[in-house]
Amino acid sequence: MATSFQINGKAVHSDAPTATPLLWVIREELKLSGTKFGCGTGLCGACMVHVDGKRAFSCQTQVGEVAGKAVTTIEGLSADSSHPVQKAWLAEKVPQCGYCQSGQIMSAVDLIKHNPKPTRAEIVAHMSTNICRCGSYPRIVRAVERAAREA
Amino acid sequence: MTIAIRNAHATDLSRRGFMVGAAGMTFAVGAGLRPAEAARSGDVTLSPWVTISTDDTVAIMSPAAEMGQGSLTSLPLILAEELDADWAKVRVVVAPPNDELYKNPTFGYMYTAGSNAVTSYFKPLRQFGAQVRKVLLANAATHWNVPVAELTTGPNVVIHEKSGRRLTYGEIAAFAEIPVKAPEVAESELKKPEQFRLIGKDVMRVELPSKVNGTAQYAIDVQVPGMLYGAVLRAPVEGSGPDKIDDAKAKSIAGLVQIVPLPYGVGVIALTPWAAFDAKDALKVTWTKTGKAWGFDSEKMLPAFAAAARDLTQATKVWGAQGDTLAAMQAAATVVEADYRNDLVYHAQMEPLNAVASVSAAGDACEVWCGVQSKTIAVTVAATALNVSPDKITYHDMLLGGGFGRRGHRDEEYVHDAVVLSNAVKKPVKMMWTREDDFHNGRFNPLSAHYLRAGFDQAGKLVAFHHRKACDEVTAFQDPVRFARQKGRDGIAYNGLDAPYYEIANRLGEAVPRDTGLRTSSLRGIAHLTNIFAIESFMDELARSRKADPPDFRRDLVKGNARAVHIIETTRRMADWGKKRDGSALGFAYMNYAGTQIALVAEVALDRTSGALRVPNVWVALDPGIAVQPDTILAQTESSIVYGLGFALFERITTENGAVQQSGFYDYHVPRINEIPEMHIELVPTNNHPTGVGQMATPLVAPAIANAVAELTGVRLRETPMTPERVKKALG
Repeated sequence: MATSFQINGKAVHSDAPTATPLLWVIREELKLSGTKFGCGTGLCGACMVHVDGKRAFSCQTQVGEVAGKAVTTIEGLSADSSHPVQKAWLAEKVPQCGYCQSGQIMSAVDLIKHNPKPTRAEIVAHMSTNICRCGSYPRIVRAVERAAREA
Repeated sequence: MTIAIRNAHATDLSRRGFMVGAAGMTFAVGAGLRPAEAARSGDVTLSPWVTISTDDTVAIMSPAAEMGQGSLTSLPLILAEELDADWAKVRVVVAPPNDELYKNPTFGYMYTAGSNAVTSYFKPLRQFGAQVRKVLLANAATHWNVPVAELTTGPNVVIHEKSGRRLTYGEIAAFAEIPVKAPEVAESELKKPEQFRLIGKDVMRVELPSKVNGTAQYAIDVQVPGMLYGAVLRAPVEGSGPDKIDDAKAKSIAGLVQIVPLPYGVGVIALTPWAAFDAKDALKVTWTKTGKAWGFDSEKMLPAFAAAARDLTQATKVWGAQGDTLAAMQAAATVVEADYRNDLVYHAQMEPLNAVASVSAAGDACEVWCGVQSKTIAVTVAATALNVSPDKITYHDMLLGGGFGRRGHRDEEYVHDAVVLSNAVKKPVKMMWTREDDFHNGRFNPLSAHYLRAGFDQAGKLVAFHHRKACDEVTAFQDPVRFARQKGRDGIAYNGLDAPYYEIANRLGEAVPRDTGLRTSSLRGIAHLTNIFAIESFMDELARSRKADPPDFRRDLVKGNARAVHIIETTRRMADWGKKRDGSALGFAYMNYAGTQIALVAEVALDRTSGALRVPNVWVALDPGIAVQPDTILAQTESSIVYGLGFALFERITTENGAVQQSGFYDYHVPRINEIPEMHIELVPTNNHPTGVGQMATPLVAPAIANAVAELTGVRLRETPMTPERVKKALG
């Protein structure tokens, strides 16, 4: 049974069983590899995407659940890394190994979208869904602050 | 114009007349290209490391794995400095697997580990850059018919001041003649630090832009036409294998292609990743009781380790010694002793281990895509799995989603998994471990127990230091080749055991080797992670026993080393060490990590009801010699602190009956953004040879926290991780 939905503004459909994690459909069927597999349990945030404008763990979202909805991945943020959060991420040189950073950025974009001037405490609380094993956390805080300032 | 740097098999290079000297790292340039040929091809390969194109682009090989530490940028930048290249015109090219040309001089093969890349490649890369610059100068001198001594260089340009003439490197490449022998470069001809244009100035890391838009490519991202998906259920204990396999349910999973029994587990191949994972989960396997670790309960066995460490009749391997420690201890006026323990620790790199392999229809060749700390090992692993020669392996270098010591074992077993599955179907296979697999197949920082004692003379001088550590020999498991080469000396488990940088007349570090059969590994901080927890906790206890100030106590033991003294004093000043805090206290730790001077102060607060420790502030000062990329050093230090915090407070693997008990981030706690301290870091570069920066703060975090707790409560914590339960128990 095919599931139809939008990804980064484009209509797509997937023939995967409806219970299949959206993550794997995005990565292996739609070949958008920026969204990462980290834990499969919604505890690391490497798989973070937006569904209808709100962040969601794509490893915990069944593809059937996004039928008719709009999914945004890191690839859909901008064509040229020009989203203010992406620019702030580069300016603060946040990434180390980089593997978690798509998910970090998607979480940060979600925060600023719903709370354009977050406090430091709000940033930390919001971003605590996402693990960075390289410990880029101080730079994540700085980058979110910068993005909020410069957006 | 694109750079046609030869995707450098040694044969390509030798065809162009290169030879590799006996030392491997020196290049001897062969016959060279005729000008016409050079102009036609648009590029001139001036060494196996550098190709200069007629469009003025300079392509430089980068020999290390990139796992977030920045070597992909820092290493070619060192060469570019002496070449006097224009960094904006440099294109970094990942060096192919070729130990002869690109080995790390310390390890003898292409291996990125031990915070060793910059420190080991620094001299040779400067030499190569300077040699290529000399070739360019010589060509310009001939071209203009002027003495070479009248020429200078600026970024990508040779200048003849007298006549005001200039030739870009690209212009020279169009007519360059390459000498038969590489020019000699004396140490005195290299740039002085004050002449550096690139070293010490931050540049954008070359791969960073790809890490904010999803285009960075890790092995797990690879797509190959016709690719299938693989998963592997590995035996819970090393050395065990499947006894009975019930795959009836797995075979009923839609999309299953094949079940592949393996000596150490069972592989499944499917049309989709979800089918592969479902099929793996549906396997019912009983395991042979072969392998040593069956029956090993880590929690129950740690006391036995501690007893062995204390039992002076146990056989040991001397790690490091000076003077006559046993006699000095006997003669000492006062002896202080203590012990410390450490649990198993998991790497938790964010990318679960995986690889993609595509074995040819005849099974006689293979392409592999993988993120590894040693690419030449990956080639060997693939070749060995197929019983073919290494030249039949086409290797594709991928970024690493974290390494931390997990990806450079001699067997690189996740690469092996991909190759054997692909070989079973003769089709491309993306083999992925789930996070649970990554835990269950984990190779951990070993369980260890430490016994330390110290002797003071009548005058109160520390005259004897004795450190015994009971733990598995990690190198024996991780890299038997290296273990044999080092004649059984296990640096991964025991480095720094005798704290050789402390000025103590008699010191003795002894390994008390265990053999549990558990899978073990280097992990960030390596041997120092646990050794420094023991040593720096003990130093704090010794200072307190003498009523000495803890930083003063260390400073007196390194007084012959001005850099060490300076770093201790800097950290003390940064933290405002003497200031009393309300409800919190400070703890201090210092080490000389392979030449890098580093000290750390942690501020710790305690919730007495729960036993939870909180670390509001950490101060670090470090002197790594020349700071090649200062901001990268700061980033690595921040990173090291977070990693050390997890080890100190949270992270704990246990085994029952030899099997790993933890499976995910729900029962293994790594630090999150809401748990980290404010970090205050001072980088104090000096004009000394650069030393490591990738993990130096990690080992200092736990002892600094334990020392702060001692200051705050008078209670000594002796075991990592310092979980709330353990803290409460210690407080009584």
